[in-house]
Amino acid sequence: MTIFGTLAAKPWLESGSGEFPPSGRLRIPTGRLGLIFFLIVISVLFVLLGTAYVMRMGFGDWVPLDEPPVLWLNTLALVLSSAAFQGAWIGVRRNRPAGATAGLYAGGLFAALFLAGQLVAWRQLDGLGYYVASNPANTFFYLLSALHGLHLLGGMAAWGRAAARLRHAGSAAELRPAVELCALYWHFLLVVWLALFGLLLADNGGADAVLQPLPHGMH
Amino acid sequence: MTVAIVFALLVVGSVVFSLVSPWWFTPLASNWGTIDTTLIITFMITGVVFCALVLFMAYSMFRFRHREGIRAGYEPESGKLELWLTGLTSVGIAAMLAPGLVVWKDYVTVPPDAATVEVMGQQWGWAFRFPGADGVLGAVDPMRIDADNPFGLNPDDPHGGDDVLVEGGEVRLPVGKPVKLLLRSVDVLHDFYVPQFRAKMDLVPGMVTYFWFTPTVTGNFEILCAELCGVGHSAMRGTVVVVEPDAHQPWLDEYPTFAQAVRDTALAEAVRQGNSMNQ
Amino acid sequence: MAQTAIPTGTYDDTDHDEDLGDGHHEPRSFITKYIWSQDHKVIAIQYSITAMAVGLIALVLSWLMRMQIGFPGSLPFIDPERYLQFVTMHGMIMVVYLLTALFLGGFGNYLIPLMIGARDMVFPYVNMLSYWVYLLAVLVLVASFFVPGGPTGAGWTLYPPQAILPGTAGRDWGIILMLVSLIIFVVAFTMGGLNYVTTILQARTRGMTMMRLPLTVWGIFVATILGLLAFPALFVSGLMMLLDRVLLTSFFMPTITSLGERLSYGGGSPLLFQHLFWFFGHPEVYIVALPGFGIVSDLISTHARKNIFGYRMMVWALLAIGVLSFVVWAHHMYVSGMNPYFGFFFATTTLIIAVPTALKVYNWVLTLWQADIHFTVPMLFSLAFILTFVSGGMSGLFLGNVVVDVPLSDTYFVVAHFHMVMGVAPVLVIFGAIYHWFPKVTGRMLNDALGKFHFWVTFLGTYAIFFPMHYLGFVGIPRRYHDFEGIAFIPDSARELNAFITVAALVVGAAQLVFLFNMAWSGFRGRPAGSNPWNATTLEWQTPETPPGHGNWGPRQPVVYRWAYDYSVPDAEQDFLPQNYPRPAGDGLNPEAPPEQGGLLR
Ligand code: HEM
Ligand SMILES: [Cu+2]
Ligand SMILES: [Cu+2]
Repeated sequence: MTIFGTLAAKPWLESGSGEFPPSGRLRIPTGRLGLIFFLIVISVLFVLLGTAYVMRMGFGDWVPLDEPPVLWLNTLALVLSSAAFQGAWIGVRRNRPAGATAGLYAGGLFAALFLAGQLVAWRQLDGLGYYVASNPANTFFYLLSALHGLHLLGGMAAWGRAAARLRHAGSAAELRPAVELCALYWHFLLVVWLALFGLLLADNGGADAVLQPLPHGMH
Repeated sequence: MTVAIVFALLVVGSVVFSLVSPWWFTPLASNWGTIDTTLIITFMITGVVFCALVLFMAYSMFRFRHREGIRAGYEPESGKLELWLTGLTSVGIAAMLAPGLVVWKDYVTVPPDAATVEVMGQQWGWAFRFPGADGVLGAVDPMRIDADNPFGLNPDDPHGGDDVLVEGGEVRLPVGKPVKLLLRSVDVLHDFYVPQFRAKMDLVPGMVTYFWFTPTVTGNFEILCAELCGVGHSAMRGTVVVVEPDAHQPWLDEYPTFAQAVRDTALAEAVRQGNSMNQ
Repeated sequence: MAQTAIPTGTYDDTDHDEDLGDGHHEPRSFITKYIWSQDHKVIAIQYSITAMAVGLIALVLSWLMRMQIGFPGSLPFIDPERYLQFVTMHGMIMVVYLLTALFLGGFGNYLIPLMIGARDMVFPYVNMLSYWVYLLAVLVLVASFFVPGGPTGAGWTLYPPQAILPGTAGRDWGIILMLVSLIIFVVAFTMGGLNYVTTILQARTRGMTMMRLPLTVWGIFVATILGLLAFPALFVSGLMMLLDRVLLTSFFMPTITSLGERLSYGGGSPLLFQHLFWFFGHPEVYIVALPGFGIVSDLISTHARKNIFGYRMMVWALLAIGVLSFVVWAHHMYVSGMNPYFGFFFATTTLIIAVPTALKVYNWVLTLWQADIHFTVPMLFSLAFILTFVSGGMSGLFLGNVVVDVPLSDTYFVVAHFHMVMGVAPVLVIFGAIYHWFPKVTGRMLNDALGKFHFWVTFLGTYAIFFPMHYLGFVGIPRRYHDFEGIAFIPDSARELNAFITVAALVVGAAQLVFLFNMAWSGFRGRPAGSNPWNATTLEWQTPETPPGHGNWGPRQPVVYRWAYDYSVPDAEQDFLPQNYPRPAGDGLNPEAPPEQGGLLR
């Protein structure tokens, strides 16, 4: 039944046993549904920041910053991290504990590398004189990468819990929900990072902002 | 029971209040009678709907109050009724929106013969700039704003030297002539608001906003600030004096041009150079 | 109301709420039971008490402001700076920390699991954290009264550049604490909100299809989705402004000469903030309105002993309003200096949203037709809500119709409008809801005579405050003004009217103390309520214990056989059939549930 079908139901005619749903819930694990809603919230957050980024770019004082090359390495680390989590997921699904363990550890390791790399990037930028407040391009870079990093850090906490449980877990299946959620979250943060990185690289154009002053400009 | 009667009385009271209360529009002094008209159309439609709905409620509450032995009806929905209500509501909405949009078109379309005057707001007072003999306002740059150059005029722009600067919070406008106000702010948001003109608009630092009107009545009108701008917000006053057209230029001549105003400062030299380049 | 023999419903043999995670063991110590509790009912009460406590601060602030407006200078400590601080804190507390928290954290938490037949929220631990984080946000907010310079006086809209520049009260610390508090609040809300939507989708008991949900749950559901999508905008704008204030970045700050001094800012746009703020701010209006819409539908239906008229239309209208509320935000910015051509678009969308809203009103009113209306205190508040909401909705059509907004914006007409529609109307629903559900929460009825007194003073008093205020707006009197000294166009009679309004405000405020007394007294001494004093159909009234125990349902969860509005069903013996009351005999009392059919979403 589609959503529209559901919404068209006439509940007052239904008081009976015939069309009796076994239970109201969706066919999706509750934890995953909760995570999906959370990912939607984070998406809104980053989409709004992205919109603000594009608008702010158009105000005329934007000096694009030179993305430090280490960002490419960081990106690679995050891709590997995500891939490792995928491996762990496959591991638990096929009930291969060794694979799951390796994937989980590797995923965490690469994520930590990514975070360390981001710090390096910050230090390099700071060393080159790209201070937070000296240009909006810099501010946005620091803000976006910090927010993304914080989300990853939060993910690391969940990862830590899963990894700790790994030692006591009897079977890989027991870990399955935690690993699934971590993997999903990691893929999502990878996509967010790729989008942000793309935005950072593409900031030389200067989009025409919706918020530009009225046609009159300054006299 | 009581509540049904009170509802009905509230409707009657509200209507009577609207008819007899001394609080109503401050008399209009601009061309924007159309705004008042749109407002009154909205007022009539919404007023009738409000009264009808509440009276219907009061009647239902009275008629269907609980009595022993009587049961409520059972009617889950009526598609036809709801369709009708949707339709009627949409018609009412359209009847308000259409005139509103027509008048808004006028509001955003400045007549070509409108005179240009700049309004400059800062915490917490008003200043004005007229384009001067050449009819063009000189270029400005907020980076140049300081005590010597409160408008931030660019001395290199030849149009700026003859701009007339009116500080002190009072401005005079000729009656019957459309005027386009260009609005700028030195510091925070403000809003140029003269109740009798109806029109208003925010002043936003970093950009130039505008609106236009035609003063239709001579006399003194207070300028208030209608956008919170700090502790002095309610004290940020000024005056528009609407005068006969031939009284306007003599008044303007009393004020210095930019070139005159900066005579004694280092800026002066720059202004002279800018002007000579023009000749 | 006479206690009639209650048809008993059926309960499920098996506990099919297998998703309830850890933490679902009966709490033992006092601490885990009442303080560090993961029980949705305890969390709801914690949320409600905290929200009402800060609400009291906001109420006292409104008295102080009204004293200054009605009797200027009578309280000499209210200088312009303080006045604006009061305005700001009053507005922000009322909108965010009282109404949002009370409707969703309070009513949402209490009612969702009970009304859908669940044992608790699906993430009880996160739910508990949500409250404690909310409390932290409140404490940070309240702390701003005690820092040097006091709380921010930037208006609840916090528009930059003003909010973070000298010349505005509290720009040193107050604004920082305000922004930090809001950011924390968003985190708290998100934790709660994820719970509410997931719980509603996943934890419904057997038989509770989406279209059998009471409208209260629908209202909270849609409002929470709006919140989850809108609060990030507040988060982002608050964070960016915080950076502008603390690190001197220039998101919202153009080149500025502030009180004679050139600042280091440059290039930013104050309008960017306004767009972000209202992208949150408008849906926020509906975040406090929609739960009220839902609750009032259920109260009217119950106390009028009649099904809500047009249930499906009510659900569709909620959804339509929810969607549309994201495309109307710039109606708050008609005179902000944004491109004026936006006015055409936003005026149109704004007036379109009036259609589903009007339909909801019609359906409430039509529910009264041929009803059997019991004028209980919850019903009185519900009826008063409709009147107040209609009034506020009508004035909204003025302000939405772009050109009519021009003379009225930033006048007392706006103050009157939003108080009617998002101040008084939701508060009336809250009162009605408290009178309605207090018996379930405490097992005791609130005192009726005190309740009627509270009702009449609050309803007539608030109408007396805010109805005449529209006319001050027609005169053109601007809002957020400390005094109107020397403004010639304001007639003296307006000053008298302001004095009258102030007196009314003080009376209304005092009546709230009666209400607080009633709650405190009845909580211990009130008449025992029994499990279903209003003869209501929805599941929260069918719990085996009142107040409901831990896990809500004893050994077996209820099974749902019908929608939430089977009042006065023809031929039925009672004038109400609880949702878990099986189909009349002959059809088999225990319908066998076909396995795993039905759909993605029922
Ligand atoms: C009897 C109760 C109330 C009274 C007497 C009252 C009074 C006031 C007053 C005097 C102002 C300042 C007006 C100005 O100077 O511009 C104000 C502003 C405000 N009030 Fe209330 N109020 C009450 C209840 C509420 C409620 C329940 C809400 C919940 C939404 C609310 C929300 C606001 C908001 C958002 C503002 C605007 C703040 C600002 O301009 O920044 N008020 N109120
Ligand atoms: Cu102001
Ligand atoms: Cu809005």
